[in-house]
Amino acid sequence: MAAPDILRFEDVVAGYGKQTILHGLSFNVLRGAITTIIGPNGAGKSTAFKASFGMLPVRAGRIFFDDREITNRAPRELIAEGICYVPQGRNIFSELSVLHNLELGGAAAPEGFHLKPRLQAVMERFPVLRRKAKHQASTLSGGEQKMLEIARGLMLEPRLMLIDEPSIGLSPILVEELFDLLRELRERGITVLMIEQNAKRALENSDHGIVLELGRARIQDHAATILADPRVGQLFLGGTSSISGRA
Amino acid sequence: MRHSRSLAAGIMLALGAAFLVVAPLGLKPYGIFILSMWAVMTIAAIGLNLTLGYAGQISLAQAAFVGIGAYLTAYLTTKGWPFWSTYMLGGVSCFAIGWLLGYPALRVQHHYLAFVTLAFNTLVYLIFRNEEWLTGGIYGISNVPRPVVLGWSMNGPREFYYFCLAHLALVSVATWWLLRSPWGLAFVALRENPIRALSLGVDTRRYTLMAFALGAGLGGISGALYAPLVQFIDPTPFALGLSLNLLLMVVLGGSGYFFGPFLGAIVAVLLPEWLRFTEGFYLMGYALLVIVLMAFSPSGLLGLADRLTRPAPRGAP
Repeated sequence: MAAPDILRFEDVVAGYGKQTILHGLSFNVLRGAITTIIGPNGAGKSTAFKASFGMLPVRAGRIFFDDREITNRAPRELIAEGICYVPQGRNIFSELSVLHNLELGGAAAPEGFHLKPRLQAVMERFPVLRRKAKHQASTLSGGEQKMLEIARGLMLEPRLMLIDEPSIGLSPILVEELFDLLRELRERGITVLMIEQNAKRALENSDHGIVLELGRARIQDHAATILADPRVGQLFLGGTSSISGRA
Repeated sequence: MRHSRSLAAGIMLALGAAFLVVAPLGLKPYGIFILSMWAVMTIAAIGLNLTLGYAGQISLAQAAFVGIGAYLTAYLTTKGWPFWSTYMLGGVSCFAIGWLLGYPALRVQHHYLAFVTLAFNTLVYLIFRNEEWLTGGIYGISNVPRPVVLGWSMNGPREFYYFCLAHLALVSVATWWLLRSPWGLAFVALRENPIRALSLGVDTRRYTLMAFALGAGLGGISGALYAPLVQFIDPTPFALGLSLNLLLMVVLGGSGYFFGPFLGAIVAVLLPEWLRFTEGFYLMGYALLVIVLMAFSPSGLLGLADRLTRPAPRGAP
């Protein structure tokens, strides 16, 4: 394989209307690892995801996926390239059945992609979704809905999963299950890039971390190093203790 | 439960279809005319149900497309064009105009979009009324001929009714097929949440435009049948009133339900006729019925049926 980084931001500038959120953001995401982006509210975490996924125009700078420039390309093209995006909050189509939700995960399938076996494989991994395939998606529990979103994202065999605040609204046991699942995806060669409000827990389950502040990447390092870094505690808490020190 | 539900639906469907085939044998020409009108309006309502019920794009312009289809057919068949060519032309040109009307929908939504389409309907109505050299103005176009199919004249009311019914059957099958394809899923995804649909790689732009174009195309086909059914057209029927009436059909029947438009058109086209015995009160009775139904079942007749037969509640709309 080519470069060690699967996703690369180079001086990316983006925002909403007149407001600029990303002020020349640069970072690398290493292939085959779990990377967590942390940072205070408004640092531009979700904005970075939207910009990389073609849902927000990039005004300057460039984004590379697998060494190919993907700046400002449409979501359906990026999905075909092998990126999937699981946004924050609830993202299922509640009026549709579980099965139809999964099928929509194949909406951007390239010509000749066989969805049926893929659907079977995904339901094999998530038996609860197979059991409830005909149920309306709104009848799933919160945790099952998150599983459905991730399963749907896996439909087209992505190589990179962008996942925004996956643990929000989940019970501690379900959060454990979720991180187990992300690690399993990593073992299967899927690179995971996630945003987490619960920074400590996320970093404990990650290989690398990126700290964002005011639209720029302040720190990029091993997750363990970031956990021990006193500056991170400052950035988050305005205090002097590192976040691992609080535990 | 699921089985008995679909069995019941199948039996109802078969009975309904049998009734539609047998009904004209026992009806006077006026009754057959009303039933033909039901078939023609159902086609237009199926179109609007695609745009509004499935894809979630509100349109108050469906009457304009019925009008365009009707005027094209009336104008050209009275000039000697064969019906099938004007019929195709009506469908295709409405499809194209509907596609263009879809562009505002890429920028505005909900009631803003309603006003954009309302303005379009008014514009088309004014063209019908004012461009006398083309449309005959308020005098309209009369003596619209009925088609001859394979040497068989559709001139009699019964023949023309079956002609309309056959078209309704064709349109129904085509729409059913479309909705069972990935298209149907993409439309519903678009209705539920365009951003979510986009993030899954659904080409929301294309589906929005297609939702308008397909709905308008069916409006055009409905109009192409309307002109030879009534045999005289003037601008009045294609004013905003019909658009609202078609909207009523979709919503009353059950927006986003396949058979919604069929039922809605029964209420909007046939019920006023049945209520005629109340004489001066029939419109009041009709309005009251609609209000009561909407108050108790905003998801229409089929939504009501769904709630009564389904054990678990439907998710939040």
